[in-house]
Parts: sequence; C-alpha cells; structure tokens
Amino acid sequence: MTTNAPALAFDDITCRFAGRDGGAAYTAVANATLKVEVGEFVSVVGPTGCGKSTLLNVAAGLLAPSSGTISVFGDRLVAANGVNRRAGYMFQADALMPWRAGIDNVVAGLEFRGVPRPQAVRQGEEWLRRVGLAGFGDRYPHQMSGGMRKRLALAQTLILSPDILLMDEPFSALDVQTRQLMENELLALWAEDRKSVLFITHDLEEAIALSDRVVVLSAGPGTRPIGDFRIDLPRPRDVSEIRMTPAFLDLHREIWAAMKEEVLKAYQAQKVA
Amino acid sequence: MMRLRVLQFAVFAGLILLWHVVTKPGLIPAFYFEQDNRAAFFFGEPVKVFWVIIEWFTSFEIFQHLGVTLLETMLGFVIGSVGGLAIGLWLALSNTASAVMEPYIKGFNSMPRVVLAPIFAVWFGLGIWSKVALGVTLVFFVVFFNVYQGVREVSPTLLANARMLGASRRQLLRSIYLPSAMSWVFASLHNAVGLAFVGAVVGEYLGSSQGVGYLILQAEGTFDINTVFAGIIVLTAFALVLDALVGVIERRLMTWQPKASETEKV
Repeated sequence: MTTNAPALAFDDITCRFAGRDGGAAYTAVANATLKVEVGEFVSVVGPTGCGKSTLLNVAAGLLAPSSGTISVFGDRLVAANGVNRRAGYMFQADALMPWRAGIDNVVAGLEFRGVPRPQAVRQGEEWLRRVGLAGFGDRYPHQMSGGMRKRLALAQTLILSPDILLMDEPFSALDVQTRQLMENELLALWAEDRKSVLFITHDLEEAIALSDRVVVLSAGPGTRPIGDFRIDLPRPRDVSEIRMTPAFLDLHREIWAAMKEEVLKAYQAQKVA
Repeated sequence: MMRLRVLQFAVFAGLILLWHVVTKPGLIPAFYFEQDNRAAFFFGEPVKVFWVIIEWFTSFEIFQHLGVTLLETMLGFVIGSVGGLAIGLWLALSNTASAVMEPYIKGFNSMPRVVLAPIFAVWFGLGIWSKVALGVTLVFFVVFFNVYQGVREVSPTLLANARMLGASRRQLLRSIYLPSAMSWVFASLHNAVGLAFVGAVVGEYLGSSQGVGYLILQAEGTFDINTVFAGIIVLTAFALVLDALVGVIERRLMTWQPKASETEKV
C-alpha cells in the first residue's frame, strides 16, 4: 500500500488467555501500541514473564490478539489467514529439525517454496559460509554445539530474506563469549541489507548494543510499552567494545532507571506466586 | 564385545545342558516323577529336538510350513503397521475425528483380540487370510497408539518454525509430523513383529492345513513333545531374525538420532 508505512505496527493490542481448568483469565499484553519503521532495529526489553514472546507471536501471525490490530507494511495481518509471510522468526528454543542435516535445515524454507533442489543447495551452501558453517552442512543438529545451532537457525531464517526479522531472545542460551560473537555477526549480516528487526531480550546491554531503538515493557500481567529510547550510537558497532563507551553507559543508566521498578515488580509478583 | 558373546553363549549352553541332564532317561535318578523316562515325556529331550530340526531342514519339509507362517506374519505386520500409521496420523491431526472415535478405539484396544480368531476363520476361511487378519488386529493398535502419541507430542516450536518458513499443511505432515512420529513408530515395530507372529501361529492352531503352528498342533495330538519344542525353537529363531531386520531398517532410516555416546573406544 503506502510506501512509508511502518514495517510493523501494533495498534492497541490486547492478548488475554483463558484460564486453565476454569481459572481466572490471564491478560498477558494490554493495549500495546508499538511501531517498527522500515529498516529499523528495535529491541524490546522487559522483566521475565512479561509477555514479550506473546507480542512476537502476534507479529508473526501465529497468535491472534484478543483485540487490536497489527499491520505489516500497511496491510492488516489476520492470524486466521496464515502466518506473516514477510517475516522470519528466530525462536528462543531450538527449532531445527533434528532429522535433517545442516544443509537440509538451511534450505527447508526454499524447499517449502518449491525452489529446485540444486539451486536451493547452492544458496544453502552460500549461507552456511556466511554464518561460518562452511563444511558442516552434512552434520546433524545434535552433532553441533549450541552456538553452531544458532548460526544454522539464523541461516535458515535469513536465506528467505524476510523483510522483517522477529527474534525471541535468540542468544539467551549461549555463553557470554559466543553470544557476543553471534551479536556481532548478526549486526554484520543486518548491515548488508538493513531489514526491519524486532528483537526481544531481557538483557538491556544486548538491547542497547544492537538497536536503533529500545522499548521498555512494564511487568506483567497486562504488559505494555512504558518507555521508548533512541540509541544514537554510531554504526558499525562492535558489541564488546561499545559496552565500555561513556555514551553507552549513559544510555544504560537512563533506561535501567525506567526498567528497574518493573523488574522489581515482576520479582515481587513471582515471589508471592 | 567378544567377551559378552562368549558369556551369552555360555548361558545358552548351560540351559541346554541342564535340560539334557534332567530329561535324559537313566542319566540321573528320577527325583520328581516315578519313572526316569517321564521327564522326557513332558519336557522333551534337547538332542532329539535338535535332530527333529535337522530332519526338517534336510528333508525340506519345514520350508513350506515356515514359508506360510512367515508370509502370514509379514502380511499381518505390513498391513497392520501401514494401517496403524495412516489412521494414527489421521486421528492425531483431526480433533473431531479423534473425539468421535475415541471410545471405539479404547474398546477395541481393551478387547482380547485373539477371541476374534474363530470369527476370522469363518469370514476368511482356513487359508492364510484369517491368520493375516488376526495379525493385523494385533499389530494395528500397537503402531496406532505410538503414532498417535508421537504426532501429539511434536514440539510446538518446531511446528511454528516450519510454518514461519512457509510450510503448507501437506509439507508440515511430510517434514515435521511424519519424521517426528517415526521414532515412536520404530519403537513399536519391535513389539509389532512379535505380535504378527502371535497372530499367525494362534490362527494356525485354530484351523489350518499348513504352517509351523499346524506342525506344532499335529505333534501335540500325538504327544510328540520333541516336535513341539522344535517348532517353538524354529519360530523363536525366525522371530529374532525379523526383529533384527527391523533393527537394520531402523538404523538406516534413523541416522539422525544421537547415539548414547558419539565417541568410541579404539
């Protein structure tokens, strides 16, 4: 439709889940409004269990919101009509097919779209190389380390060159060193063609280091954005070095002040429960 | 490994030796029966059993019967597992169908299905098909329940990921549901082979003109306990062979599964 419509626009989204076994309904997300502009890298941070993943599943079209609308490049997304075809989704948990070797996992998306096998494999090999897994195509996921599996998942998602990249704490299971390497690789890949990214994390440092904008969510239930911070750190960035700069520390202090109260609230709520 | 084989064989040899010692008339004094040839009457003698088997194979008499029993077993096994796989997938993927069929499935599963054998004999005659039918009813449910369980337990993340990558319903079935159910299916196939054998042999007991079950039945009629044991041993051996075949196919199709340990001692 319009050329300057945002890549993703959440408009007054509310997600209420029916209580299990007749329990009270749980409102995960309440009246959330959020935009991701074309080519923008937006991180969403919030305390644990605040409904961050719910928001992402709504954007992916995997979950229909109870009320509110979501638009993708100006077009309304209706979950009942299928998933968001313009988005790639990187899950927090392992989502590789364990019965497929590396290369077959990478080309899965092309295969589903009916791309001929030789062409798909050629592209797959290229992506394996780009994520640093050249020569590992014939290994099964269980033969790879956690970091390698994440790279494979990244290649699997990016090979379809989605216009929007949805990432749900993709690196949270990795050790600190591997994680920083992966973050740098993600930034390098992203810099090549500047997709729109919605990146979910509970790690504020990661969010600031990667993003153009950081959105802070309130503690659940009834999560909604409560703070929106522009990150004007220069690019290209090196995530392990940028953490030491004064500008980074200032931003961190500012955003943490907004976040702290929510984290404590979430912590209290969990302690009571 | 070698040591293990030796120990395994030692257990076998020990059992046969024990069998021989307690049944051979005149070897040791009778301690349970009044006469020392009674033990041989009730339990057979391993040496004689061995010669019955040799006689069967050298005279080629056994091959016709074994062929029939194996054919019944294979047909029961294949039809039962394919049916179990298909219906299992269907019911697991369709909530309405599974809700409607649930009490019937439960009922059929709880029923001692061997009692169907006489009915099958009436329906399908005394040829191989009544035995195949019995084998199918036994195999079907084992495979069915495993497939059903396997499909129901597919990781939701894996499904969501495939959907995001653009998989259609058909492609989900082929790339996610089927492979994910396969590990459950293979776990059940080892049981299923045994049950297909049960179906074939029980069917043959109840009425047949050939098959190893028929041989055993004939021998029982004349109190020829050695032949009965020979039949049991031949059946056991071939059940093991079929089980090993399933194992070979499983290893070829399931290469992606992690082994207990990936490193090997050299």
